[in-house]
Amino acid sequence: MITISVEIQILFAALLFLIGLIGLLVRRNVIFMLMSVEIMFNAAGMVFVIAGAHWGQVDGQVMFIFILAVTATEVSVGLALILQMFHHFRTLDADELNTLKEDN
Amino acid sequence: MNTIFYIAAAVALISTGIAVSGRNAIHALLSLIVSLLSVSIIFFILGAPFIAALEVIIYAGAVMVLFIFVIMMLNVGMEKEMENRWLNPRMWIIPSVLSLILLIDFIYMLRAMTHPEAAGRIISPKQVGVSLFTTYVLGVEISGVLLLAGIVGAYHLGKQRKKVIHRFLKKETAETDESENIKNS
Amino acid sequence: MKILLALIPVLPLLGFLILSVFGGRLTRKMAALTGAGSVGISALLTLITGLSFLLSHSAGGVIVVNLWDWLSTGGLTASITFRLDALSLVFIFVITLIGFLIHVYSVEFMADDEGFSRFFAYMNLFVCSMLILVLADNLLLLYLGWEGVGLCSYLLIGFWYKEPANGYAARKAFIITRVGDTAMIIGLFLLFLNLHSLNINELMQQASLQWGGGSSLANWAALLLLGGALGKSAQLPLQTWLPDAMAGPSPVSALIHAATMVTAGVYLIARTHVLFALAPAVQTAVAVIGALTLLLAGFSALAQHDLKRVLAYSTISQIGYMFLALGVGAWSAGIFHFMVHAFFKALLFLAGGAVIVVLNEEHDILKMGGLRKKLPVLFWTFLIGSASLAALPLVTAGFYSKDQILWYAWSAGNGNPWLWAAGLFGAFLTSLYTFRLVFLVFFGEIRTQPTHQPGNLMKLPLIVLAVFSVIAGFIEMPGSLGQVHLFSGLISAVLPPVILTHENIPEIILQVLASVISLSGIYIAYLFYLKKPALGASLDKSRVTGFFYSGWGFDKVYDTLLVKPIVWLAEINKNDFIDSFISAIASTTVFFNRLLVYTQNGKLRWYVMGFAIGIVFILTILMKK
Repeated sequence: MITISVEIQILFAALLFLIGLIGLLVRRNVIFMLMSVEIMFNAAGMVFVIAGAHWGQVDGQVMFIFILAVTATEVSVGLALILQMFHHFRTLDADELNTLKEDN
Repeated sequence: MNTIFYIAAAVALISTGIAVSGRNAIHALLSLIVSLLSVSIIFFILGAPFIAALEVIIYAGAVMVLFIFVIMMLNVGMEKEMENRWLNPRMWIIPSVLSLILLIDFIYMLRAMTHPEAAGRIISPKQVGVSLFTTYVLGVEISGVLLLAGIVGAYHLGKQRKKVIHRFLKKETAETDESENIKNS
Repeated sequence: MKILLALIPVLPLLGFLILSVFGGRLTRKMAALTGAGSVGISALLTLITGLSFLLSHSAGGVIVVNLWDWLSTGGLTASITFRLDALSLVFIFVITLIGFLIHVYSVEFMADDEGFSRFFAYMNLFVCSMLILVLADNLLLLYLGWEGVGLCSYLLIGFWYKEPANGYAARKAFIITRVGDTAMIIGLFLLFLNLHSLNINELMQQASLQWGGGSSLANWAALLLLGGALGKSAQLPLQTWLPDAMAGPSPVSALIHAATMVTAGVYLIARTHVLFALAPAVQTAVAVIGALTLLLAGFSALAQHDLKRVLAYSTISQIGYMFLALGVGAWSAGIFHFMVHAFFKALLFLAGGAVIVVLNEEHDILKMGGLRKKLPVLFWTFLIGSASLAALPLVTAGFYSKDQILWYAWSAGNGNPWLWAAGLFGAFLTSLYTFRLVFLVFFGEIRTQPTHQPGNLMKLPLIVLAVFSVIAGFIEMPGSLGQVHLFSGLISAVLPPVILTHENIPEIILQVLASVISLSGIYIAYLFYLKKPALGASLDKSRVTGFFYSGWGFDKVYDTLLVKPIVWLAEINKNDFIDSFISAIASTTVFFNRLLVYTQNGKLRWYVMGFAIGIVFILTILMKK
């Protein structure tokens, strides 16, 4: 239906992924970090759908469904952890959670 | 069709950018929802209507709403100062450079691929359903288990145990606290 | 018979094991019974074995008991074999009998000490090692006993380990004897490499076959063995440890340093006499060292204040006599003097120890005096012992043995008028310092009051030893007095008889001379220390006396020449530069760790950055392909 080459589509997905990566690296607030991870998941899934549409097969969409299930699980558990972290440390700063550091 | 693709792509990219760099969490999430909606449009154009629907229902509808609920529960509030302090433009340089390098890599790799003709078919939900429950039925079952694990995990991890002290003991602890305070001071 | 012989060293070993394992849980009585009893039964067995040996083999035979094969590698076979012949019979008789008497004495001496069973455990181990030493059939087993006695002397000198000075004395003894032991083991290597055996009999046979008289190998082997003997017997130049070893309890000094361990060197030389006969230069050296040492120690004994140090230097001096005898070829005379010396020196140490104890640990003889009325038993036994030491003519055993040595020093094959003169002057010094000791301690006015009388367990051994100090001489009387040659007859089965070469002066004249000298020594001591004590006191304060007091400055010389440079070397090498290579590896690792620890700062975003960089790297590398 569309005549845009598949490269451009994948490139778009890659751009979304990279924006998510930048967001993960830059932000200190854990909620934003989790959000960036979501963006990256979404972009990755999009690549699957693009590939499926390119070859006319259904497997791409099926993969995206599975990725969606995983993402949903991961978000719920991750947010539960963020709740615990906030309860303990009273802050949402990811840099505060550094007790696993090597103390010399 | 192509123009719709380009417009949706542009909207997605811009709103994602706003989401990543936003100060306020709620605003960022809302622009992220916009991004997800445009991605859904792209899915629809690509000939995957089922996925487009799922994207809106689950991703934008459930996951993002969950995010918003948690933010509201945490009551983080308008802590603009903190965010401003954390996000100075200097911090963006290195990640941007890295992403640029990655982008160049991606483009290079994509250029090196040979691309046969696109199929251009619409894949109906019925086909997806049939494939799910015949070829990928094992994956479906495992995803069920995964979701169960997620539910249990999220419930358990999210529990906040408040310490309940009987009122008689409360007075004693209060007294011992006081005596300890007097001793320590 | 063979079983009995094997049991003689094994019983004290059993005593040691029982006391060291169960010692803490045994009562005093049980520990004493075990400790003294094991040596006592050994002494009994020795008497039985000795009697049957003498009656059946008539001094010419041997009893060999092979217990098991110890080593059998690379041409060296050594087995645990005990060999009893006339020489070792004399030695085990002395060791077990005097050992038993000393153990009995120690029961009372150490009665209040908290290390009671430890003491007896060490003493038993010592007796066992010494018995192994003298009964050993091969040099490796002898070396085992040698090391064993060295270890036990360290343990016993430093018995009261809570005093650091005692530990220092014990270490000094061990290190100096170690120098001798090293020479000895090199000697053993030399013997094994050239003669391919360490069995003493075989060695002696092979040596006389293969090495002619005066060959350099024989010289080296004899010299190295002599080095070992010098260390153990505290002769020049390794004599500095013995006076300091008086830091141990008096029974220890009696057993180890008077009767047994210090005579191990004498035993070694007597055992390997063939080797020494093949190396006449070394044998002469033995005699010369003996003569020099007896003079040196005699002078030093004259200047000491500590009762036990006088006796220590006296021991060194008397062993010098034994070495002198061995050096001129008078083998049986040396062994005879060993036996007699064991009796009276042990007596003197035990009696001296008793005096020190009843005077509440007072060691300084200048603070003693007039004890003969208060402590009669001690006085009489000490007097008999001193008389024997000073070789009082005719009535004491010491006279017969020392006289024999002096006669052979003049007339034997290797003998020399100079050696005889040294021996004679040494006899003068001996009687001088001995009776100085007697007069200062037992005569004159009482300066320190004795607090109690010694008990029976201490008096009985003294009396027995005093009796022996008198009668032991009568088994070997010179020609002019009856020609009794029981002892030399016994020994001549093992050791060659003396070859007299310069019989130009009849023996009787030399005997009379020796008697006159010893009596004059007694008289001069009487003069200086009893009649006119002021003379004696002024003599004690002169500078020459100070030189003698320090043992002719040997300690100081060794300290500056050897001890200080080694300590300095160890100090500057404390952070030695070879170590710095290894520690450089460690510090490089630590340095890199400090650098890399920044990458582990626990921040999540840091780690994600690491991921991203890694992805970039991998993709870039993949792209290159």
